Amino acid sequence: MAGEAEISEIFRAESGRAVATLARRFGDLDIAEDAVQEAFVEALRRWPGSGTPPSPAGWIITTAKNRAIDRLRRESQRAEKQEAGMLTLDDEPDEIEVVPDDQLRLIFTCCHPALGVASQIALTLRLIAGLQTEEIARAFVVPETTMAQRLVRAKKKIKVARIPYRIPGEAELPNRLPSVLAVVYLIYNEGHTATSGEDLGRPDVAREAMRLSRLLAELMPDEPEVIGLLALLLLTESRREARTRPDGELIRLGEQDRTLWDRELIEEGNALLAVCLRRNRPGPYQLQAAIAAVHVNAARAEDTDWQQIVRLYDRLYALTPTPIVALNRAIALAETGNVEDALATVDDLELDGYHLYHATRGHFLDLLGHTEEADHAYARAIELTTNETERRHLQRLREVTDRGRTA
Amino acid sequence: MSQYLLSVYYVDGEEPLSDDVVEQMYADVDKLNNKMKEQGVMLFGGGLHTPDMATVVRSETGNIVMTDGPFPEAKEQIGGFWIIEAPDLDAALDWAAQATVACRGPVEVRPFQDEPEA
Repeated sequence: MAGEAEISEIFRAESGRAVATLARRFGDLDIAEDAVQEAFVEALRRWPGSGTPPSPAGWIITTAKNRAIDRLRRESQRAEKQEAGMLTLDDEPDEIEVVPDDQLRLIFTCCHPALGVASQIALTLRLIAGLQTEEIARAFVVPETTMAQRLVRAKKKIKVARIPYRIPGEAELPNRLPSVLAVVYLIYNEGHTATSGEDLGRPDVAREAMRLSRLLAELMPDEPEVIGLLALLLLTESRREARTRPDGELIRLGEQDRTLWDRELIEEGNALLAVCLRRNRPGPYQLQAAIAAVHVNAARAEDTDWQQIVRLYDRLYALTPTPIVALNRAIALAETGNVEDALATVDDLELDGYHLYHATRGHFLDLLGHTEEADHAYARAIELTTNETERRHLQRLREVTDRGRTA
Repeated sequence: MSQYLLSVYYVDGEEPLSDDVVEQMYADVDKLNNKMKEQGVMLFGGGLHTPDMATVVRSETGNIVMTDGPFPEAKEQIGGFWIIEAPDLDAALDWAAQATVACRGPVEVRPFQDEPEA
């Protein structure tokens, strides 16, 4: 017998494909989405009694298709004539061809740069990952009504501005792919270290991001950055268990129990990284994955090849010269023993509103024995962080620094 | 086909372009206009006089009132616009990309409400 949780799981796995297929069939995202949603409600009503059908995906698509036709028939006489021929198919296996390209089309529509990033994320989680609006609102800590309005507005824009339902051509792809990858990466980041709240991360959100990343890798196996992103997420995720103590407190990379790292994820990440690097078209995600690989492939913290990490950050900075990359490079540089230069680089960065900037400065200043300045920097970091677990961690670092000062 | 308004904005009070640049801008816009016409994309378009040449007309409790000057007090003002016909937003954005290069100013793309007869 199918329980609600199991049906939700099936729905998440199948709804993206169903919405994508129906969007092509009916040329309207709202009709597609509403119909798939109705099919899900129908599944919740029927399956617990009748059992899960042999092909749940086919059942959802067929049911949704019939719902969409019903709706069109209700809404317009003209539609009735047009669709009349299809109405005999009620419980037949569906005749809508399911093509993987439909999903890719829908992904590029959801992540179109004419939509704001917040809308891209919301649409992707709703239409591709099959999350309910309430779940997305919870993941991003906004009221459900706000999230619902965001989705309505985004779908309206797709419709009225005619954002095409199309996979970008070879020439456009370099401009369009980064926003797709960024959406998945941002979702993962929210799952890895939540913007606010008590817990460090939200494992369920991270899981959705990995599922999306796997889907992209399946749909675009020849794009090295797509594979690079999946490798990055797997290698980062492999450390999840070791990142927090049983009481939820944060443990820094250097102090983590490496036996807790997930070897399976590491091996898969390593293998994917090797595959994409062989194509010799490095990009920001492949380089970040390479950096993550250097970390997880060190048996002990002191075995970490920091020189190699600095070199990788140099290459990353050449591609994406952002202050955040410069900050991370400085952290690696300090680990090679060159704390003075690291501090000098960091002092030049304009990242005053970023808590980890001040935490990093505090750490460098502490290493160099400037404990009073270190204390100020930690105070600023604590003031800026919105994640409770991170805040407590920074408070502990500050206390250690202060003890060093008074000792 | 959908219709889009492509409006070119400029910021009031910003350093004016040099004469050479203005001349080149007119030449570039001309070229783009011709290209749009050749491809049957452009329904209408043109450059506008400065906002201080504008007059606002409104109805206040039955009386028609006029005021000298532009309606929005914003720093950003429309300098000119095109109305184009394009199959989808990507096509409209592609024209907007050419327009912003030609005009040296940001271009807003807005879809028209009414769908023209197919």
